[in-house]
Amino acid sequence: MRRSRAETDASHTKLSRRAALLGGVQLLFMGGLAARMQYLQVDQADQFRLLAEENRINIRLIPPVRGEIFDRNGVQLAQNVPSYRIVMVREDAGDVEQVITRLASLIDLTPEQIENALAKPKRSERFLPVTIAEDVSWEAVSAVSVNAPALPGIVPEVGSTRVYPRGSDFAHVVGRVGRVSSKDLDALEDPDAVLRIPRFQIGKINVEAREEALLRGVAGTKQVEVNATGRVMRELERREGNPGADLQLTLDSKLQNYVQARLEGESAAVVIIDCEKGDIVANSSAPSYDPNLFIGGILSKDYDPLLNDKYRPLVNKTVQGAYPPGSTFKMMTAMAAIEAGIIGPDETVYCPGHLEVGGRRFHCWKRSGHGWVDLETSLKRSCDVYYYDLALKVGIEKITAMSNRFGLGIRHDLALSSVNSGLTPTKDWKRNNRGEDWVIGDTVNASIGQGFMLATPMQLAVMTARIATGREVTPRLIKTVNGVEQPIKGNESLGMNENNLRKMRKSMYSVVNDRRGTAYRSRIIADGMRMAGKTGTSQVRSVVVNNSEVPWEQRDHALFVGYAPYDNPRYACAVLVEHGGGGSSAAAPIARDALLQALYEGEPPLEAYPTADRARIKTQQRRLRDVEPKARVKKSSDQA
Amino acid sequence: MSYLEYTVKSVPTGLRKVLYLNWPLVLLITAVAGSGFLMLYSVAGGAYDPWAAPQMKRFGLGLALMITVALVPIWIWRNLAGVAFGISVLLLIGVEFFGAVGMGAQRWIDLGVIRLQPSELTKITLVMFLAAYYDWLPAKKISRPFWVLLPVVIILIPTALVVQQPDLGTAILLLSAGGGLMFLAGVHWAYFASVFAGVIGLVAAVFKSRGTEWQLLENYQFRRIDTFLDPASDPLNTGYHIAQSKIALGSGGWTGRGFMQGTQSRLNFLPEKHTDFIFTTLAEEFGFVGGISLLVLYALIVVFCLVSAVMNKDRFASLLTLGIALNFFLFFAVNMSMVMGLAPVVGVPLPLVSYGGSAMLVLMIAFGLVQSAHVHRPR
Repeated sequence: MRRSRAETDASHTKLSRRAALLGGVQLLFMGGLAARMQYLQVDQADQFRLLAEENRINIRLIPPVRGEIFDRNGVQLAQNVPSYRIVMVREDAGDVEQVITRLASLIDLTPEQIENALAKPKRSERFLPVTIAEDVSWEAVSAVSVNAPALPGIVPEVGSTRVYPRGSDFAHVVGRVGRVSSKDLDALEDPDAVLRIPRFQIGKINVEAREEALLRGVAGTKQVEVNATGRVMRELERREGNPGADLQLTLDSKLQNYVQARLEGESAAVVIIDCEKGDIVANSSAPSYDPNLFIGGILSKDYDPLLNDKYRPLVNKTVQGAYPPGSTFKMMTAMAAIEAGIIGPDETVYCPGHLEVGGRRFHCWKRSGHGWVDLETSLKRSCDVYYYDLALKVGIEKITAMSNRFGLGIRHDLALSSVNSGLTPTKDWKRNNRGEDWVIGDTVNASIGQGFMLATPMQLAVMTARIATGREVTPRLIKTVNGVEQPIKGNESLGMNENNLRKMRKSMYSVVNDRRGTAYRSRIIADGMRMAGKTGTSQVRSVVVNNSEVPWEQRDHALFVGYAPYDNPRYACAVLVEHGGGGSSAAAPIARDALLQALYEGEPPLEAYPTADRARIKTQQRRLRDVEPKARVKKSSDQA
Repeated sequence: MSYLEYTVKSVPTGLRKVLYLNWPLVLLITAVAGSGFLMLYSVAGGAYDPWAAPQMKRFGLGLALMITVALVPIWIWRNLAGVAFGISVLLLIGVEFFGAVGMGAQRWIDLGVIRLQPSELTKITLVMFLAAYYDWLPAKKISRPFWVLLPVVIILIPTALVVQQPDLGTAILLLSAGGGLMFLAGVHWAYFASVFAGVIGLVAAVFKSRGTEWQLLENYQFRRIDTFLDPASDPLNTGYHIAQSKIALGSGGWTGRGFMQGTQSRLNFLPEKHTDFIFTTLAEEFGFVGGISLLVLYALIVVFCLVSAVMNKDRFASLLTLGIALNFFLFFAVNMSMVMGLAPVVGVPLPLVSYGGSAMLVLMIAFGLVQSAHVHRPR
């Protein structure tokens, strides 16, 4: 078909016009695209750059190395050991089932672990390691490493865990760590981010918990670049943290080990304090337990016996247990009266075996009475009436004030859990807490450390050290932090009349060394090592009966406080044997053994003991020589 | 045949034709494809494999195809237009039955040597067929209802088949290109105005249909629209693509983060970084300057085609060139709008840059047609 030139030209003109129009629209649209590009890339660039950085940069924490704990001689009490776990990276493993089967033939895997290993990976990213077995032995790690070519994707990983090589000896001092629980996190107002790291351990009780801030250290951070699925591509920046501080305790692990072994079979507590510095050199509570069992979660088969034991192994009786101090309190009543000038140390009081107070008859433990007694005789023979009489004259407020000066009723600031402040009652205290008025009988009871009066073995040891030195000896548990000696407090004088103190010490000397003293059988005969002290038997119930005839729970607590050497006090000691019967028979021998062990810095010569005891002591020494503490330490740590 | 009205003596013959190619256009195409190689090399983490090397080979093949097509006289192509369109419609029907599933839709036919995407082919053959139709149709009949309805049916047949696949992106491109060609051919304004009004009505109907039995779009298509309207509603899935894409673009800033330094693409925050979202990588690594440069290259290609078409007195050649240019424009305009968060994510690659076989080859054939029209234009 032919078309006229004019028609063709006309249609071409129209086409060109419309082409120009459409081209214009296209260019306009492109201009719009350019404007959008300008908006995103120029106007909003900073904001988007920030978002891109947030996308790609992840901040990861590097857990700090926990500080270790040593005794005063550098013996390790808490250490970090590598712990091994076997992980699998599914991406590298290929045939997961085959690899797990091979692994199970090499190391012990429980059916549960195998099942988990096969099921768990399907739920997570392929490149993330999945833990197959935790706390495996070094042998297992070696087996895996040697067979690495046959086990693609299986990697042994090294972590760090806490081990207590001295186990049960120090459970009541060092304490233990454990995994962070949600309760731990809730208790903190602003928890350290490091606590959210899986497997992170924090101190749960005692020094580990109370000195958490020092021991934990500061976490480092590393910035890593991650891709869209969270895989780490490379490390961008690393800021090292600070490891936790190493702590040195004032305790002597050798002495602690001896005392703990000596208390075997009892429910008892012993505290030994260095009189000069206030260093706690032994702090034993029996029975104890192996803190290693708690790391990584304790099994109920291990936990239930501890919880149900009537001897309460989980309680640190030296500071958590408050007991009526019994006759060991008599020094306080006497000091209050003598310092107040109510009675002279040599003045006598008549003991007919009882005292009538407000129509009530208070007995002396010796019904027949002690006759005329002065301070020394009354203490030596533990006459009660003498102290009833003094207490009635001086009043409870002065007695309480005096005992507070000697550290009773005061919460000593120690890095231990649940430190009890004991109780030195006053009239106000009774009114506020019991809603009753103070009666004169309360004062009489308090004068011999009964009634409301409560003290911890730690407080009694401090009291004894203060009597021995006349200074405000303050207990110290942490010797050095990262090698820096911690301050020693308590060099100030108590401000007591030195003559009165001397008389008091002489009386305590008689308790142990006078033939008629209550602790005569537990004397030390080595020259320059003589012990002074006081026995105590605190009643658990009000009716006096023969201890051997009642069940254990109703027997009296046996107490003894003492120090040695008498003429140059070096160590003060407090012993409590729960429901142990009499202080002279159950507590004093333990104090003698412990003090001698401390003074001789090891096993004392038999010559220090009275001749009659030597044969028995010899067998005892042989039995207690280097008793291994309960410490279930894993194999892997031995190898590492 | 209008062509015979002109003297053909001045048209070059034989291999001399190569000298008469629209060389600036060839250079522009090569430049755009070159930037594509660069980006594919970058997103592979600085490696020719797996994307840059095959893409370069394909471009080489495409260039050869383009020149071959260019050497064939334009009137032969015009005479083949009907056959080509028929074959592509048959292929579209065939893909329904023999197609391989890719990206959740039936789009491929595996021919052994190459995986053919009939919908790509249709974009060109539809334009060819419509150009031939309007070349044949006398000017006075153009706006008569019957002669308007006929091309509409021609456009709707492949469009319906493509929607069936379902490939919403290509369907929109086919409709737009077909409509654009009718507009260029000189169909009366009133038709476009009424269609425009109709489209608005249809959009309303589509949204109304949601959740009912006669739902007009697939759920995933609805979700894409939702995401477009409110990307925050689905930040981990579809909205994630748009959000990450904008972050990549924006973080590029003026001059970009540097070649192979784009963290968004290198760390896989970008989806389909080597295909549909490749522009984001370019904009992230070369910034506003890089993005605008590519846009200018694209604009120049369109302008060169436009100039070539207006200068061409042959109606078929002119319409074909304009149609292909429009198609090309729609390609990159939709893709760029998509990655910049201006349009829903519809799965349209960036022409000549995105990794992909059939799209690249079909586009090179199309430019071959443009070159053929240029070489064989009446003088």
